[in-house]
Amino acid sequence: MLSEIVDIIVYILLAIGVFFNLLAGLGLLRFPDVYTRLHAGTKCTTFGAIFICGSIILLGLKMWFQGSSDGSVLAIHTAGALIAILITNPTGAHAIARAAHRSGVKPVGAVVDDLEGKPARKSAPMKKGADK
Amino acid sequence: MIEIEPIYLTVLGLLILSITLCIIRVFKGPTAPDRVVGLDTINTLVIVGMLVFGIATRSVIYIDVAIVYALLSYISTLFIAKYLEGGEF
Repeated sequence: MLSEIVDIIVYILLAIGVFFNLLAGLGLLRFPDVYTRLHAGTKCTTFGAIFICGSIILLGLKMWFQGSSDGSVLAIHTAGALIAILITNPTGAHAIARAAHRSGVKPVGAVVDDLEGKPARKSAPMKKGADK
Repeated sequence: MIEIEPIYLTVLGLLILSITLCIIRVFKGPTAPDRVVGLDTINTLVIVGMLVFGIATRSVIYIDVAIVYALLSYISTLFIAKYLEGGEF
C-alpha cells in the first residue's frame, strides 16, 4: 500500500521535472534575446533538476527501507549532485550574463539600461564596445 | 542487455528532445553568448540524464560521474564567459 503511494509520488515528481526541462528547451528556442534565453535555459533546468533529484532521492530511500543497501548510497550521492547543480548553475548564468553585457550585446526592446557606460572594472580603462 | 523500465526510457527520450532544441539554438544563435547559453543548458540536461540513467540501472557510478561532470562544466562555462568578457586573467 505504502509502496504504491511512494511510486505514484515518484512518478509525479519525475513528470514535473521533465516538463520543466522541456520548457527550458522550448524557451531557449523561442525567446528573442540572450538575457531572456538565460531565464529560460538556467532557471527552468535548475527547477526541473530539483524535482528529478527529489524523485530519485525518494526512490532510493524507498529501496533502503525495503532492505537494499544500494538505495542509501544512491540517495546520498544524488543529494551531492543536487548540491553541485544548485551551486554551479546560477553562478554560471550570472557569469554569462555579465560577459554578454560587457561584450556589447544589447537587450531587445529595452528602454533604459542602468549599467550603460560604466567601465568594465575599476583599474582597466573603458573598452571600445562599452561606450557609444 | 540492460533492462530499463519504460517510464525511465520515456524520461530519457524527452530529455533528448530538449537537448535537440538546445542544439538548434547553438547552431542558430546570432551572437556568441547565445551559443554559450545553449551549451550551458545542454550540460545541465546531460547531468539530469545521467542521474536518471543511474537510478534506472541501479548503479551508483553514473551519479558519481554526474557530480564530476557538473563541476567541470561549471569551470568551462566560467572560462568561456571570462574569454567573452575580454579581461585579463
